[in-house]
Amino acid sequence: MSFKDKVVLVTGGSRGIGRACAVAFAKAGASTVIISYAGNEAAAQETVGLLTAEGAKAESLRFDVSDTAACTSAVEGIVKAHGRLDVLVNNAGMAVDGLVMRVKDEDWDKQLDTNLRGPFALIRAASRPMMKQRGGAIVNITSVVGDMGNPGQAAYSAAKAGLIGLTKTVARELSSRGIRVNAVSPGFIGTDMTAHLNDDLRQKMTEGIPLGRLGNPEEVAQAVLFLSGDASSYITGEVLKVNGGMYM
Amino acid sequence: MSTSAIETKVKGIIADQLGVGEDEIKPESSFIEDLGADSLDIVELVMAMEEEFEVEIPDEEAENIKTVGDAINYITTHKK
Repeated sequence: MSFKDKVVLVTGGSRGIGRACAVAFAKAGASTVIISYAGNEAAAQETVGLLTAEGAKAESLRFDVSDTAACTSAVEGIVKAHGRLDVLVNNAGMAVDGLVMRVKDEDWDKQLDTNLRGPFALIRAASRPMMKQRGGAIVNITSVVGDMGNPGQAAYSAAKAGLIGLTKTVARELSSRGIRVNAVSPGFIGTDMTAHLNDDLRQKMTEGIPLGRLGNPEEVAQAVLFLSGDASSYITGEVLKVNGGMYM
Repeated sequence: MSTSAIETKVKGIIADQLGVGEDEIKPESSFIEDLGADSLDIVELVMAMEEEFEVEIPDEEAENIKTVGDAINYITTHKK
């Protein structure tokens, strides 16, 4: 699978699944890999180093995906600088856990803005250049909790379920221009987001996974790479589960 | 901007967006029926005209722009 001459944007690309995706694109020969990050400058620089080591032109852009104006200008800037945008991976996400009766309005809004409105804003901005170039791939990172629900994650699961609906609608709208839109739904993956869980909970969750272990970010990245490239040329509107079988 | 300048620019945008020759673009040409546009083309045309002429074309107005002449008229009327 070659991404030669492709320009790729991965949001939330400084760490975890986003970093693994960015590195996978660089390894697959993408000419330009751009990561966005919200605040961790050191991690972003480290990722840029990893990408450069693979021979890709790499850039990091600092913006918060919950800021729709920032999303729009980021995409416009990329198209202006590189002439195109071939792949958009909406990976940036965040969770504030708490049972529904304790969820604050501002925490609800923040999670919907980051996990759902951000991807919408980036898709809206990217769809125009992709339509003009008559092709492109968009991959949205949703979550197993968007399908299953999860106690303590009302807003996060609602946003991730919403992202699946967004994926399917945009897949239909942009199909005639050769733009494919898919989602990857990771299960329990070992990243900073899951690092804070205690051992008891971790063991309980692992028991529910037929493959008997957590996934790693690279395993999610392979699915993202597949849905971004020609190997999946006849697939759009799909949600690919990468969860070790925890939800089938 | 004169009406004929607007007409020339609008036709240029249409030719560029729809990939049709300027000689095919007549005031009575329907975007969908004569020029082969689909709904995405119409949205792109509207956005391109908004940018070029710095006007805003609300969705309910855009629905009434069905021919090349409709587009030229809209811009002529609303362009400050």
